[in-house]
Amino acid sequence: MDLIGVGSLPIVVPTGALSGAIIALQMSRALSTYGANSEVGPIVALTLVRELGPVLTALLVAGRNASGIASELGSMQVTEQIDAMRALGTDPVQKLVTPRLLATATMLPCLTVIADAIGWIAAYLIAVPLLHLVSSGYYWSSSWRALVPNDLAQGLIKPLLFGIIISLVGCYYGLRTTGGTQGVGRATTQAVVSASIWIFFVTFLIDKIFVNL
Amino acid sequence: MVEFEAVSLRFEDTWALHDVSFKLHAGQTHVILGAAGSGKTTLLKAVIGLVRVDRGSVKLFGEDITAMSEHDLYPLRGRTGVLFQEGGLFDSLQVGDNVEYPLLNRQIGEHNNKTDSSSAETQAREALRFVELEQTFDKFPSEVSGGMRRRVGIARAIVTEPPLVLYDSPTAGLDPITANTIMALILKERDVRNTASLIVTHRYQDGELMADFRYDPERQELVRLPQDGGSRHRTRFIVMKQGEIVFFGTRDELAASSDQYVKRFVRHEE
Repeated sequence: MDLIGVGSLPIVVPTGALSGAIIALQMSRALSTYGANSEVGPIVALTLVRELGPVLTALLVAGRNASGIASELGSMQVTEQIDAMRALGTDPVQKLVTPRLLATATMLPCLTVIADAIGWIAAYLIAVPLLHLVSSGYYWSSSWRALVPNDLAQGLIKPLLFGIIISLVGCYYGLRTTGGTQGVGRATTQAVVSASIWIFFVTFLIDKIFVNL
Repeated sequence: MVEFEAVSLRFEDTWALHDVSFKLHAGQTHVILGAAGSGKTTLLKAVIGLVRVDRGSVKLFGEDITAMSEHDLYPLRGRTGVLFQEGGLFDSLQVGDNVEYPLLNRQIGEHNNKTDSSSAETQAREALRFVELEQTFDKFPSEVSGGMRRRVGIARAIVTEPPLVLYDSPTAGLDPITANTIMALILKERDVRNTASLIVTHRYQDGELMADFRYDPERQELVRLPQDGGSRHRTRFIVMKQGEIVFFGTRDELAASSDQYVKRFVRHEE
């Protein structure tokens, strides 16, 4: 949990901050065309909580941890440590997969909430003190009012599922690694690519479900 | 102790094992020779169900493990020591923890909640002393040499004093001096504890050592067995070719074989 959660903070925090800041900058121009500058808070909140926070955090964690899990288990596989584990009477799934699954599924929602919060604050710094689009009080109250339980549910269910996907994909490619160190490299790449595609596919499915609710 | 009956296993278009039958009794040693890819390691893994066979039956300690579940295999594997080719040590654990692992694992498997870690440590130190590596107890596997890792692997394989030990290429990639040290330890283990052993190797002289020598605990050295002694026949040789056993017999029968493929393993001495 420490490795996956705290270890991912150095990449999740700046990415969250920059995403919020970029949304605020882009929206300031688009909204001013329609004279709707005051809506910057709700747009930032909805975009971050529903989509960008969960998906960007998951993609970063996939790049860092799906690859890490696949390479670690892949190295264990090619150096016969997995066989040794089985020969010594230990179930590799229980010993290696379950803790990684629990850690990723627990930490990804936490990381997403942190990324959302940092992004929200960064967007505030752009929209209020820098561009003077809205007043400070209105930014916070309007963006908070814009969020409904449906958005919060999406924002938490997505990272939970993404966490499960990232860990299982990493373990799957790691445990079926063959072909020495070259195979470890291949498994690592496949894990990241596959986890990223699954993240987009699952977010599409969840959006489809929640849009109709 | 181990019984293979008409065992076959196919990987895609290749026979990894084809119609393999043999028996290994208590106290016996089988030395498995063969070219790379001839199925030696697969055979060793099939003994404890690490690979599942397609046809035939595999018996371990009298129990048919052919269709046994992974979970049911654990107690039988606990009675078997295995040395993997590169040692198979866990990188994240110190040498001492690696050697203690089978002991602690067995206590958990027996639902012994009072895991006696101090007794496990004592036994692990004793096993490391057996392979003359007690000083590496607190080191990580990456901090010791390849030969030392192999010796730690032997310590881990024998720490539970199993009646059967499987060795996968224990001397592969090692210099002759280290290789002989490893083989002497294997011989010592076999003769001190009277374990049955299955040894996969590329080196004919490893088998020669197992067949012609015994460990003398009083003199603490290897001594040559008499030419006509019955003990020499405790060691049998298996030669494999493309998944099949093409020779099974004693060292003298191996030396006398006229088969061109079999002769390669007798004459290719380093």
